[in-house]
Amino acid sequence: MPYALKIALRYLTASKAQTGLLIAGVAVGVFVFIFMSALIGGLGVFLVQRTVGDISHVTVEAPGREAVSLLSDNPDILVVQQRGATQREQLRTADAFLPMIAAIPGIAATSQQIVGNGFLVRGQATAPVSVTGIEDNKVSAIADIEGNLVDGSTALTNSTVLIGSALAEDLGVSVGQVVRVQSDREAERTLVVGGIFELGVDALDARSAFVSLATARTLFELPQGISRIEIKLSDLNQADAVAARIASETGLKATPWTEGNASLLYGLSAQRNSGDLIKAFALITIIIGVASALLLSTYRRRSEIGIMRAMGASRGFIIFVFVTQGTLIGLIGGLVGAGLGYLSLSPFPVPELAPPGGLPVDVRQGSYGLAIALTTIGAILASILPARSAARVDPVTVIGQ
Amino acid sequence: MSALLEIRDLVKTYGEGEAETRVLRGLNLTLEEGELAALLGPSGSGKSTLLTILGTLMKPTSGTYMMLGEELTKASDRELTEFRNRHLGFVFQFHHLLPDFTALENVIFPTAVQQGRETAAARDRGRELLERVGLGHRIDYLSTSLSGGQKQRVAIARALMNRPELVLADEPTGNLDRESAEQVMDLIKEINENEKTTFLISTHDDKIADACKRQIRVKDGLAE
Repeated sequence: MPYALKIALRYLTASKAQTGLLIAGVAVGVFVFIFMSALIGGLGVFLVQRTVGDISHVTVEAPGREAVSLLSDNPDILVVQQRGATQREQLRTADAFLPMIAAIPGIAATSQQIVGNGFLVRGQATAPVSVTGIEDNKVSAIADIEGNLVDGSTALTNSTVLIGSALAEDLGVSVGQVVRVQSDREAERTLVVGGIFELGVDALDARSAFVSLATARTLFELPQGISRIEIKLSDLNQADAVAARIASETGLKATPWTEGNASLLYGLSAQRNSGDLIKAFALITIIIGVASALLLSTYRRRSEIGIMRAMGASRGFIIFVFVTQGTLIGLIGGLVGAGLGYLSLSPFPVPELAPPGGLPVDVRQGSYGLAIALTTIGAILASILPARSAARVDPVTVIGQ
Repeated sequence: MSALLEIRDLVKTYGEGEAETRVLRGLNLTLEEGELAALLGPSGSGKSTLLTILGTLMKPTSGTYMMLGEELTKASDRELTEFRNRHLGFVFQFHHLLPDFTALENVIFPTAVQQGRETAAARDRGRELLERVGLGHRIDYLSTSLSGGQKQRVAIARALMNRPELVLADEPTGNLDRESAEQVMDLIKEINENEKTTFLISTHDDKIADACKRQIRVKDGLAE
């Protein structure tokens, strides 16, 4: 064992109570760091999951027909004819793109959809709805309708419709009852309520109805093609990259979920910054604690340091002894704090499974390695000042005392 | 005998301007190998300052200090630290042992710090020295659990650990009772005779001075 390490260990074990308290202080700081990482990370997952968990992560549509200035600056153009706007935007050749899209890494599910607006009518009660035609074997591909079904089943046929719980309540219908669906193309179908779901998102539960693709074709007079492809990703943070790739490879319009949720992203960013600030304060507290304790130790051991110097210990040796103490305190405190953090966070369910009102801490996001590394580095930095102060001790002064 | 160290025109002043105090005023001194010398003089005569400079813990204001062929007044801090470790031993009035270490660990400190670790050879040498100073039965005792005389004997063993050419002792018996003081002095004489280690002992005690072969008196910053 290197001799400086032996001296450092002896100094730490010589005052067990003081060392124990110091390590406990560091461990508490690390615990705060880890708890904040898990809480902020968990809150982020929880909010994103709740907000965008049941919506498309990337939506692929036909390119838009935004109006552009056709006249530009060309003086030779005398007449401009505006393109007809009666033709609906639709993906006519979706089948050609689907294999390529499905092959992109990270894509968990795709769903071809025909969407349109209409009304759901039950007797005298009428409610505006957004009607989505989906493949009958992919009912829960995007929104987890299966998991949030409150009545009936998700089996979708050409004569059934799945509606949200708030919508069912508004119309006073239940599973097995008949409703009329009127589309904005003035087509009408009578369908049986096959299932009622409750996703927990008002916009979906009160205003959405799911029908089969064949039913949607009839309602929206779309004999071929689809309106869009919705994509679910295994990592929704990859949405921007996946959307950009699809757009560049297909020429279609690919919109990531982040585009429509800027406020959520700002909120998450602010939350993350607040968490980082608290973590920084925890680290600063650790550094100040270690530095002050080692400075005190330096002062208390001045005469011993002087003797060591007189016996031939170099300044570098003295610095090494005190920096080693700081390193050991940081490392042990970091490991203890990380261990405690992991043990205390483990009983909490992950945010994806957290019950409403529960604490959405995410044990996977404790940043344990980072906490231990930063604490050790911080403790090393904190020990440099006391170590330098120790190395400057004048043996003549302290031996004479 | 040949000269172990030679000091010429050694001057040491503290402070500047009107506050300047000249403690050593051109002191000359030669110590031969194997000498057992007492350094005598009243308080404030410059004994401690001379001992500190000889121990390379302080540099003189001017003058030369040659030991073992090296001009030490021009050496760097790093070189002086290494020189001190290899060629000098110290015995202080208040023993100054490391309190959290055993007797053996205190004795082998100079070797361990030089080699960067505690070797078996160093431990053997440390045990041998402790046996020699009559503390073979206290090897693994913490230094804080030893009596004053025992602590001073551990300090002597530590001073001899690296087989130094010169041991500087500052009032080594000043804090001991008469019996312990005589034991310590007998030990120093025995080591001096058997190993030819040079000792320079600063003391106010005439009995200690008489036990030394040479008496050097320092008065008003000069050696007589």
